[in-house]
Amino acid sequence: MKPNNAISPARSAYLRQMRRQRWFIRSCRIGILAAFFVLWEVAADLGWIDPFILSQPSRILATLTSLSQNHLLLHIGVTVYETLAGFALGAMIGLIVSVILWWSPTVSRIAEPYLVVLNSLPKIALGPVIIILAGAGTSAIIFMALAISLIVTVLEMLAGFLRTDPEYLKMARTFGATRAQIFYKIVFPANLGTLFNSLKINIGLSLVGVIAGEFLVSKAGLGYLIVYGGQVFQLDLVMTSVLILAVVAALMYEAVALLQKAVERRFGQ
Amino acid sequence: MSLLSVEDIGMTYQAKNGEVTAFEHISFAVEAGTFISIVGPSGCGKSTLLSVIAGLIPATSGMVRLDGEEIHGVSPQIGYMLQRDDLLEWRTIWKNILFGLEIRHNKTPETIARAERLLETYGLSSFRDKYPRQLSGGMRQRASLIRTLAAGPKLLLLDEAFSALDYQTRLTVTNDVYSILKREGVTTLMVTHDIPESISMGDQILILSHRPAVVKELLEIDFGSDRTPLSCRGDPKFSYYFDHIWKELRADEAK
Repeated sequence: MKPNNAISPARSAYLRQMRRQRWFIRSCRIGILAAFFVLWEVAADLGWIDPFILSQPSRILATLTSLSQNHLLLHIGVTVYETLAGFALGAMIGLIVSVILWWSPTVSRIAEPYLVVLNSLPKIALGPVIIILAGAGTSAIIFMALAISLIVTVLEMLAGFLRTDPEYLKMARTFGATRAQIFYKIVFPANLGTLFNSLKINIGLSLVGVIAGEFLVSKAGLGYLIVYGGQVFQLDLVMTSVLILAVVAALMYEAVALLQKAVERRFGQ
Repeated sequence: MSLLSVEDIGMTYQAKNGEVTAFEHISFAVEAGTFISIVGPSGCGKSTLLSVIAGLIPATSGMVRLDGEEIHGVSPQIGYMLQRDDLLEWRTIWKNILFGLEIRHNKTPETIARAERLLETYGLSSFRDKYPRQLSGGMRQRASLIRTLAAGPKLLLLDEAFSALDYQTRLTVTNDVYSILKREGVTTLMVTHDIPESISMGDQILILSHRPAVVKELLEIDFGSDRTPLSCRGDPKFSYYFDHIWKELRADEAK
């Protein structure tokens, strides 16, 4: 059956209904955000909450203005750079390790208990060691982001590789495929989705690592602003930085999602 | 000389709770251009037998010869089709068809021309740049067959190749595949659990016993030269063959 080109009344009613639904969802989302900020502002004005501790949108806006003349972009840039560096390293090393583990089931079985323990260990606990190892600076922060995102990537990718449809593998073997061919012609392309899912988790985890790292050692970055704000009881600064952080996190996630769309279109998925 | 000769092969594998003999002392020969169906009780090691002939797993005894040469490992002369079409969803039909040639580093002008011809002859040229999900089940199966034939095998192994299809599609696909194989002159060995299917396609039927499987009988099927899998289902001899095979399988079960 071919879809009819002339639109029937029932069809156009259906399309209208769909549009209305989409519009409703979008306005609800924006409405909730706006209501939240208005309520926050009013609650602070009326003294329901203490604006000194919880801040207030108008104070955040004022902080933002003063910050923007005061190296705001530098702070954002530092955090974004550290996150991307940790993210890229985590993705690359994670991918390589997961390929090795896929390649050799024996190595994978040996590594399994270590991976499980490392995965549940809070890597931030290694903070002091990392700082001494990598030096109190940017490299320690990137290292922290890497430590937090690496194991998850390895586990996620390996699980994906091992879940690859065994029928595909057998089919490839009937053509005499080598293990390398099976990997780059079947297992890897079959796991593009897994890769991007793990990248999406990773970008968030790297940010966690970077903020934790900046809490410990830093001279710039959003984590630095947050710690500094807390120390000098400028909680407006803390709240402002948290809001900026939320926007940065959302944008980076969106960037990965866009990349995924582009790659999948390129490879016809 | 036969195209394929299976000489006293046996297969015993190690499982956690002991040794299992899948089959033993299996010998038979396949003449070029014939279609042989293999039937046997479920779990008798039919599929394992195909895997051994395909060179995917080594036999524990005996040997398999193709054109007189002993086979070690996967041979480019042998094509193998599994239950599902196994088309790679991220490749177009054309790229799927070239898959085997890519794996064997055998993309030459001749082999590509052969793939083109198969695509053309069997009505898939207009689907060349489509993705598998855009094709019907029957079309997918045909694309999968072309992928196997594009590698230019002398012998084709079909392992329950139609059992994932619904009944109607299955009848048309078997007809379709049969005519393609006869036209291309490919010798075929098909494992199936479907007795009517084995009769409708086979020139000979190899009946295996319970595990450890041995050859019980090599049954000659004669429907004349212009048979098709669909037409011979109406032949009076069809039910005779069916009863015969059924009795053989049952007799074995009763033991």
